[in-house]
Amino acid sequence: MSAPSESVAALSGARLWAILRQRKAVLLGLAILAAIVLLAVFAPYVTPYEPNRMRISQRMRPPSAQNWFGTDEFGRDIFTRVIYGGRISLLAGALTVLVACVSGTVLGVLAGFFKRIDGVISRIIDAMMAFPDILLAIALVAVLRPSLANVVIALGIVYTPRVARVVRAATLVIRELPFVEAARALGVPTWRIILRHVLRNLASPIIVQGTFVFAYAILAEAGLSFLGTGVSPETPTWGTIIAAGQQYARQADWIMIFPGLAIVLSVLSLQLVGDTLRDILDPKLRKDL
Amino acid sequence: MSAAAASDALVAVDRLSKHFPVGRGWGRGGRVVRAVDDVSFTIGRRRIVGLVGESGSGKTTVGRTLLRLVEPTSGRVTFDGGDLLALDAARLRAVRRQMQIIFQDPYSSFDPKLTVEAIIAEALTAHAPMPRDERRTRIAALLRRVGLQPEHMARYPYEFSGGQRQRIGIARALAVEPKFIVADECVSALDVSVQAQVLNLLLDLQEELGLTILFIAHDLAVVDYLCDDIVVMYLGKIMEIGPAEQVCGDPKHPYSEALLSAVPVPEPGAARRRIMLSGDLPSPIDVPSGCVFRTRCPYAGDACASDVPPLREVAPGRFSACIKDR
Ligand SMILES: Nc1ncnc2c1ncn2[C@@H]1O[C@H](COP(=O)(O)OP(=O)(O)OP(=O)(O)O)[C@@H](O)[C@H]1O
Ligand SMILES: [Mg+2]
Repeated sequence: MSAPSESVAALSGARLWAILRQRKAVLLGLAILAAIVLLAVFAPYVTPYEPNRMRISQRMRPPSAQNWFGTDEFGRDIFTRVIYGGRISLLAGALTVLVACVSGTVLGVLAGFFKRIDGVISRIIDAMMAFPDILLAIALVAVLRPSLANVVIALGIVYTPRVARVVRAATLVIRELPFVEAARALGVPTWRIILRHVLRNLASPIIVQGTFVFAYAILAEAGLSFLGTGVSPETPTWGTIIAAGQQYARQADWIMIFPGLAIVLSVLSLQLVGDTLRDILDPKLRKDL
Repeated sequence: MSAAAASDALVAVDRLSKHFPVGRGWGRGGRVVRAVDDVSFTIGRRRIVGLVGESGSGKTTVGRTLLRLVEPTSGRVTFDGGDLLALDAARLRAVRRQMQIIFQDPYSSFDPKLTVEAIIAEALTAHAPMPRDERRTRIAALLRRVGLQPEHMARYPYEFSGGQRQRIGIARALAVEPKFIVADECVSALDVSVQAQVLNLLLDLQEELGLTILFIAHDLAVVDYLCDDIVVMYLGKIMEIGPAEQVCGDPKHPYSEALLSAVPVPEPGAARRRIMLSGDLPSPIDVPSGCVFRTRCPYAGDACASDVPPLREVAPGRFSACIKDR
């Protein structure tokens, strides 16, 4: 129990680099993620066309030198739209991570630290986890009305229990560690113990879970859009582009293939990074559990 | 240690018990670990009292209950004349300035994400804010006092050796200027050569600051060297209490005798009655009836199984929980 707790703090740049080099796949994952994020951020500078510019003469062209990913039924450039769509899809994913991690951490820490409210919170968490993610998301969006903000809120709620459960388990371990007891013995107020010691040492499991939630959220956002319960169909996201291309799947499968590829690549990369992060950061907690 | 001395005792423990429920869920079936069972003793002001016993005998649990880090199942703890268990959260926090604990594990007792400065600063500011300059001066002084350098402030605990970490732990405990310190096996994780240095530091501090110390150990040799009085525990119960040199020189309880037999005899010629501990420690969930030590006691007879032997005064200032006079 002793050595691992220092491993995180002692994780120097050199050691991190050594671990990363052992797992070349994760470097690829990081590179893909970086590329996707950079493309999304600098979308206006890297795209050859306007995302919504229609050219009926060019409709449903297969991939070519002019339109790398082809064009859709209105002659819009798919490459451009996939990159602009990435902006919204990644934004929705990131905001979902934010919502789920904040609420999941609050609930998880409260449940893990205060035995009296643990029963209630744990039961709500278990009940929510009994529903399939996407069903719960559809129900919530239906109640809230479809919009980007509401998709984020719904997915944030859907993934809150996942974060809360991990945070609760980690908090149960941390609160029994001698340094927390030392702080109690010093008379440090409970809220300060939670802010200073518990949250700080929860950073690793939260980051790991956040990575996975990011991946799930991108998938779920696409799923919601595909089912027509997501963001407005006019907003290009990976999900809405696929949904719109669905009816032309026979004649112009590239409309669906490229945004689909973007989803697959980013989700796989995130999972890869998440797995590695877990192996680097989490053995500490898993060993104590 | 006697009842007469209780009036000027800093800590008085009266019939203290801590039973941990075992198993999980709702139907725990009422099974409990009797970590501490009906324990009474006192700690006189400015004394060093050794609490010894094998692993699992409940020493740490006693220490933690004395600081109210765990709530006892029953019993009373009086600290400096006041009922410790009656304090509400706010007043308990105030009393905690007066008592501190030094942990066995010099690794997990520090938050790995904090520097030495932050660790000690937390102790200094736990009860009232303190300006940064004053804080740094105090931290430097504390580090010097425990044999470290002020420059060590900026480092992380993992950059230190085990012995140095225990010094940091001592500095943290001293930061709140306590009267009473529980030192829970604070040297048993260290090399023998380093142990002596840390023990001597504790002794110096005790003299200089007039500290009262409960020194927890499983090794009688260390306790003999350091302590004024000894409390011997076995399976959550007290077996013997007495002045250190007397308990070590002439143990009254068979269990103390057995513990001493495990200690190498200093002079080769010196003969000592040797009894060996045979068999395993019984499960603390199913403790033997009567005397808990009888299953491993070479002198045990039928009478030992019937009643729990009370601690009785077998010689002036000497208490033993054995029905046999020896
Ligand atoms: N939080 C807890 N929950 C359940 N059982 C516990 C808990 N803490 C201690 N125990 C049990 O109580 C008994 C006494 O434990 P304790 O740690 O006080 O012994 P100890 O004398 O300090 O031993 P050691 O020399 O190994 O530190 C053990 O059987 C232990 O398993
Ligand atoms: Mg112990």
